[in-house]
Amino acid sequence: MSTFQIDFSSAQKRRIIGIDLGTTNSLAAFMDLTGPEIIPGPDGSRMVPSIVSLDVSGSFVVGEPARRLLIDAPERTVYSVKRLMGRGREDVAEELKLFPFRIAEGSEQVIRLQLGDRTFTPPEISAQILKELKRRAEQYLGEEITQAVITVPAYFNDAQRQATRDAGRIAGLEVLRLVNEPTAASLAYGLDKRKEGIVAVYDLGGGTFDISILRLHEGIFEVLATNGDTHLGGDDIDNRLLAIALEDIASEWGEDLSHNGEAVQTIRQAVIRAKEELSFQPVTVIDLEYRGRRYQRELRRELFENLIRDIVERTLGPCRQAMRDAGLEPEQIDEVVLVGGSTRIPMVRRAVEALFKAKPHTELNPDEVVALGAAVQAAILSGDVQDKLLLDVTPLSLGIETMGGVVSKLIHRNSTIPASATEIFTTSVDGQRNVLIHVVQGERELAKDCRSLARFDLKDIEPMPAGMARIEVRFLIDANGILNVTARDLRSGKEQSIEVKPSYGLTEEQVEAMIRESFEKAEEDLRERQVREARVEADNILAAVEKARLSDAWLELTDEERAAIDAAINELQMVYHSGDHLLIRDRIEKLDAATRRLAENMMNTAVRQALKGTKIE
Amino acid sequence: MAHLHDCWHCGAKDAASLFCRYCNTIQAPTPDYYEFFDLPRCLALDSEDLKNRFYTLSRLLHPDRYTRRSEQERRFSLEASSILNDAYRVLRDPIQRAEYVLRQEGFPVGDQRNKDVPPELLEEVFELNMALDELRGGDLEVLPQLDAMRRRFQEMLAEIDSGLQALFARHDAAPAEERKEVLAAIRSTLNRRRYISNLIQEVDRQLAARNA
Repeated sequence: MSTFQIDFSSAQKRRIIGIDLGTTNSLAAFMDLTGPEIIPGPDGSRMVPSIVSLDVSGSFVVGEPARRLLIDAPERTVYSVKRLMGRGREDVAEELKLFPFRIAEGSEQVIRLQLGDRTFTPPEISAQILKELKRRAEQYLGEEITQAVITVPAYFNDAQRQATRDAGRIAGLEVLRLVNEPTAASLAYGLDKRKEGIVAVYDLGGGTFDISILRLHEGIFEVLATNGDTHLGGDDIDNRLLAIALEDIASEWGEDLSHNGEAVQTIRQAVIRAKEELSFQPVTVIDLEYRGRRYQRELRRELFENLIRDIVERTLGPCRQAMRDAGLEPEQIDEVVLVGGSTRIPMVRRAVEALFKAKPHTELNPDEVVALGAAVQAAILSGDVQDKLLLDVTPLSLGIETMGGVVSKLIHRNSTIPASATEIFTTSVDGQRNVLIHVVQGERELAKDCRSLARFDLKDIEPMPAGMARIEVRFLIDANGILNVTARDLRSGKEQSIEVKPSYGLTEEQVEAMIRESFEKAEEDLRERQVREARVEADNILAAVEKARLSDAWLELTDEERAAIDAAINELQMVYHSGDHLLIRDRIEKLDAATRRLAENMMNTAVRQALKGTKIE
Repeated sequence: MAHLHDCWHCGAKDAASLFCRYCNTIQAPTPDYYEFFDLPRCLALDSEDLKNRFYTLSRLLHPDRYTRRSEQERRFSLEASSILNDAYRVLRDPIQRAEYVLRQEGFPVGDQRNKDVPPELLEEVFELNMALDELRGGDLEVLPQLDAMRRRFQEMLAEIDSGLQALFARHDAAPAEERKEVLAAIRSTLNRRRYISNLIQEVDRQLAARNA
């Protein structure tokens, strides 16, 4: 672990936390005096499983408590929602065969998931996970948290990044930076101690795979190339084992359970356990019980490795491409860092070692290293860490569709961000008022084979003969990897108005509405909690008074005092169901005041009895 | 070289290029790549020096350094970092660097892709197209010939590149009024280079398609 030069001179600044919003687990971390630390939950747990459930009363259950609901209430529980972030319905057709996502009707531009009788977009679900992390951080650090750095897979496209940022905003977090997961991991490792060198970060998570190659130079982490697959990860391994177990059970029990959500979840959890055990021992047993029936099957590491060999091999192509793009040979890689739970699998480690011809670093917990790195990046943003700087790249080329559906590339993949390109557009018809620009992301030649990002409509162009208008459009990818577009009419020098129609994801208006709703909901939740707490307090004091009626102390009160107490009880009972916590608390205080002498009497009685040596009950 | 302007923040006269020399506030960045790096307009650049300038400027300008500054400073930082990165990408590559200078001096490049075959290459291009036709027709006997042609084109590229180096040096040493003439020579060399490198790409594409 490296040491960090930290400047805490301006300690009153608002704290920025780092968040790893993972497919399987999510974590938050902060920069402590000695370095980045994971923020634990009240129970000491370090990870929040990325599982969200909507309970019957309409409130969300997140994390470990929701894991149980995967089995008990699968129709209102969702996991691995990261796979759906920033994606369209047709993108996820493949996923739906393997994941029990319930896509609601009318999910065109944005997928909506059915949870019970309500529907939510993936950013809204992710926002619940972020809220849970925010709560944990506030509780642990004892201050309000409103700013965060959130990590994303390096290979996430623009829509997936925007969806992540939207999730942050819905959760009430200002997302100061989206950092690529492998880059964050390299920050956590503090590899810059070695001053100069080339590092490869191999990140195989629950649902995504990234490879990044960096050059370190006196505290600058310069990404040379990145590649990956946003749909490759531990989930795929689980699905493979799950399919085998389901088939096996079908032949053993004569029952096909593959459409039974509850059974599938039980089996999934059993195969995940077996997979994890195989990282430490050569043989294990898939062992589960479902509705009183027991299924056991021995699984040897050898067979397991045969099952997943092609998945592991699929990660090597992107690694080679990244090395080619960086202009490097494997021998030039000085160090390799492993990130993500799936890199615990011995076969994965062997493959990485063989490819890069270097023994990988595994000192830091691969589940935590990304969150720790996010906390370092947060400290860079706050100015607490000044000797490090991250220079990341855009993973995919950005282009516009031109005549015949051909893509004209404006910003090439692996360009250091922020990066920009400027193009001049004109009209093709006399008096034309609008020009439509279709922006795509990807490496293919034809727009239809690339990822559509958005259509930008240059509006209200001064009517002119064809070809006379000159509109300069500037495409800028910011440090988050998100595209910003501005346009200027070169003739008038005026800013040109643009209407953005995102191809996937939420419009600005939709995000605003969700933030408002979540804010209102938060107020509602808070009010409800305050009322509940006030009622609990009222219950306590009412019970105490009832108990006191039976004591000697009650007899020592005057009639007026007893009448005042009864009146105060009556007053409290009248507002008990009002739903106004301030009113309830006010009546509690009044009852408290009316029973002061009673309490004193009881105390005295207790003291007297204690002095006499008798135990009171 | 850097051109000075008034500081938007403290108002000091002629005090600022990327930063104000008095209040040190970030300024609206220049879009000119050479001016940005504070380099003379030379075609031959020391790549190690360029890299060090890039790292130094990155530390000063990156948006990570401006998270808690004013909106205006954040905007300038984003703008400046994007120009810095774009400029570094272009200037560190000799070909892109030369094309940038040509464009700036009013010599558009890259408009005449593939259209006109350079006369001295006519024969080779004719031969190449024949060989590629045969390859598409399934005749694998042309493979050694294609290989030889590819090598020949690569040699041409290497020759062109060393010629370019000499031209760059000539350009940098020439007085301002003679530079245009050198640039014209550089442009025709670059066009020829582009033509040949397209030929190599075409061969590679066809061979890859053949192997697939």
